[in-house]
Amino acid sequence: MSIFRFAVIQFPASNCDQDAVHAIRVLGHSADYVWHKEASLGNVDAVIIPGGFSYGDYLRTGAIARFSPVMQAVRRFADEGGLVLGICNGFQILCEAGMLPGALIRNRSLQFRCEHVFLKTVTRDSPFTRSIPEGRLLKIPVAHGEGCYYADEPTLSRLASNGQILWKYCDVSGQITDSANPNGSLLNIAGICNEARNVAGMMPHPERACESILGSEDGRMVFESMIGTLRLARASAAA
Amino acid sequence: MKAKIIITPKKAVLDPQGKTVQNALAHLGYTDVTAVHVGKYIEIELGSNTDPQKAREALDEACHKFLSNPIIEDYQLEIVP
Repeated sequence: MSIFRFAVIQFPASNCDQDAVHAIRVLGHSADYVWHKEASLGNVDAVIIPGGFSYGDYLRTGAIARFSPVMQAVRRFADEGGLVLGICNGFQILCEAGMLPGALIRNRSLQFRCEHVFLKTVTRDSPFTRSIPEGRLLKIPVAHGEGCYYADEPTLSRLASNGQILWKYCDVSGQITDSANPNGSLLNIAGICNEARNVAGMMPHPERACESILGSEDGRMVFESMIGTLRLARASAAA
Repeated sequence: MKAKIIITPKKAVLDPQGKTVQNALAHLGYTDVTAVHVGKYIEIELGSNTDPQKAREALDEACHKFLSNPIIEDYQLEIVP
């Protein structure tokens, strides 16, 4: 079986970096930290920008991290088609960097929300969702104060028509409702991808839901989707 | 010389903080308040020999690309002696 190498980016005050590395290793693959001052990612197959409070969330969440040297390398990697997943603060950084559309603002409730939520996968046509069984809801935790997804109307309709909305918050029966929305995100958006479909961001934490002892293994399906995509790419390159 | 920058949430963007402050003001008896917008103020100190026009152009760019996020925020920039 092929082993794939994941880079997990570390900014000052990243705090889900170890969880992300642990989750990838639990899945039998290789993960290494890449410090934000590095100008190169090295030889990696995929990148995870983990959660946390990079640079203390000063100015705006992700606003300062996006100018780190490593982000130029992440951008080049993405431009060449590499898979990049931003989780929580990673999603905020990708939006600030303009690598994903829209922005994440203060939760409508003004409360920090830390709980398990349910996610409906809107499309399986992405490297981040392809291994999620049709109709299967994901139970994954969120932990954020600024996860309310905002984009203007034209951007939202473009996201919807291009199939770039990957996950929406839903209730236990899969209904997309206001009460199932932990932060007030427009259209209940929990995660999106770029137009090229190789860069995704999500507020929930799949890396915290990869072992049954943690209450859910559903997060595995997100990483397994990425790994499945990498495996296909490697097989077709070898053929 | 100084640059004074006021950053406010765009009107179209939900501002729960402004709404909460407005509610609190109403509780205190300030019932004529029709809306509150909570933003940020940034003061930037510049050398005394700085050309105000050049400073404005440079900071306008900085506001657009870094100090504010044009998707969710508006800004006003003022250069004062």
